[in-house]
Amino acid sequence: MLTLSPRDTAMLNGDFGDGLALAMRIVAATARVMDADALIDISGAHIDGCLYHGAASLDFVERFVASGAKVAVPTTLNVGSLDLIHPELFRGDAGIASAGKRLMQAHLELGCEASFTCAPYQLKHRPKLGDQIAWAESNAIVFANSVLGARTSRYGDFLDLAAAITARVPDAGLHVTANRAARIVIAAPDLRASPHRDADFAALGFLLGGIAGATVAAITGLPGDTTEDELKALGAAAASSGSVALFHAVGITPEAATLDAALQGRAPERTIAVSAADLHDVRARWSHAKPGDALAAVSLGTPHFSVDEFRTLAALMGRHDGAPRCDIYVNTSRFVLWQLEEEGIAQKLAARGVQIVVDTCTYITPVMKQVSGLVMTNSGKWAHYAPANIGVTVAFGSMSECVRSAFEGKVCIDEHV
Amino acid sequence: MNTFEAVTLVPGHARAPGIALPPLSFWGGYDAERGLIVDATHPGHGQSLASRILVMPRARGSSSSSSVLAEALRNGTGPAGIVLAERDLILSIGAIVANELYASNVPVVMVDETAFAHIAAAGDAHIEIDARDAASVRLVLNPDAT
Repeated sequence: MLTLSPRDTAMLNGDFGDGLALAMRIVAATARVMDADALIDISGAHIDGCLYHGAASLDFVERFVASGAKVAVPTTLNVGSLDLIHPELFRGDAGIASAGKRLMQAHLELGCEASFTCAPYQLKHRPKLGDQIAWAESNAIVFANSVLGARTSRYGDFLDLAAAITARVPDAGLHVTANRAARIVIAAPDLRASPHRDADFAALGFLLGGIAGATVAAITGLPGDTTEDELKALGAAAASSGSVALFHAVGITPEAATLDAALQGRAPERTIAVSAADLHDVRARWSHAKPGDALAAVSLGTPHFSVDEFRTLAALMGRHDGAPRCDIYVNTSRFVLWQLEEEGIAQKLAARGVQIVVDTCTYITPVMKQVSGLVMTNSGKWAHYAPANIGVTVAFGSMSECVRSAFEGKVCIDEHV
Repeated sequence: MNTFEAVTLVPGHARAPGIALPPLSFWGGYDAERGLIVDATHPGHGQSLASRILVMPRARGSSSSSSVLAEALRNGTGPAGIVLAERDLILSIGAIVANELYASNVPVVMVDETAFAHIAAAGDAHIEIDARDAASVRLVLNPDAT
């Protein structure tokens, strides 16, 4: 049975206006669904509701705009339907472009930050260990919980905004310490010397999602120099193939100094060993192409590319002469783009034919010139969703393989396992 | 006639023929304008949920499915009520918001595995969900048709 604080009740009664009353009705109704006894405060939110899915998306937000409500905590926004910095890239229906733009604008009127990124953890101010937050967007949720040690349940459309406006969420799910214990253990192969580590981390994520579903797993054996970008790739793939919202990387992530800490002192229900050959099989299974097949494009940056990933890309491009033989798209946030422009990397990449897309993503909105045919990516998440969303066939490989393939104009997969 | 105990996730009242399906992702899987399942890999491909009681253990996939369900309920192409086997947040929130915005009255209830199997096996028999009062939830399978 849900017990509300006096302030919650005042919100519900409309003492703070219609918008807060609506938002609190939604949070309280969700608490019933989650079987929570109480609500707790949050210190930040990330909202996935600015991607246009139809009139209901706008009806919802406009109710809050009309009521004069504002978000009560620092709130970032996920990708929208348009690249507002490069609107000419949009190749779809004008009506949807207009509604999508209004949806993004309406969220800004509610006081949200114009971040428009699926990787809010790459922004300067990000949650810390133990912070209670309400994040939507599956890859952001798994990163916040696992890599930052902040606490969020799997929030999604509507509830994310209601939580940001009330600054309250149900005291349930991954907000609760006991629910964050790993229950299964995944023993990873030695990836220290792998020539395609980025693709291996994504492949391990695919396996994790398939094995774990929504169960919290502890992964042992990952390299001591594992990067945030590698954990990002792992988490995004795991949240695509399963409902993974939290994993622990033993010795790497903040709630997993030891395996015992990740398990919160209990014995695991099972331990699954993953071999290098297993990862090779996953990479091959997600690549629906043969070496030598002609490529229409390469798409990188799902989730949004970090500055480090752009530096790696620039170095890989430097190994090849001339122009690539197919389009190269890289999705990122406007903040990362601005930093790249300051450092001169953006201009260099543009001169080599790289199209940087911001505020949105190549698999949710029509920006690619050619969407029929074969597109290569190093993103497990893109490989998972793009075929159904935009009708492409996907080749999957490491960033290095993607770049080489772009310059050859055909799929090149390195021979070694 | 069979009556089952259920847990109210979203209050409301509905009575309509059932449609039992394995987990569907509304996002990418349901066309909220035409009211059709468009996921070609789903056994319900081509079927409509409009004015049916959806009997499905849980949703699958992206949380954007909440938006697609709300959009379907806005357009009159969504289900009249939902029977689940789990506390599914994605579908529940879609119904909660549509009930707020469009004054729809779509209940979402959860039943245990045994009851779920029984209800799912009943084909397109009429189902009544009475979740108006959380304290006494009734789910009646095949009530006398009038």
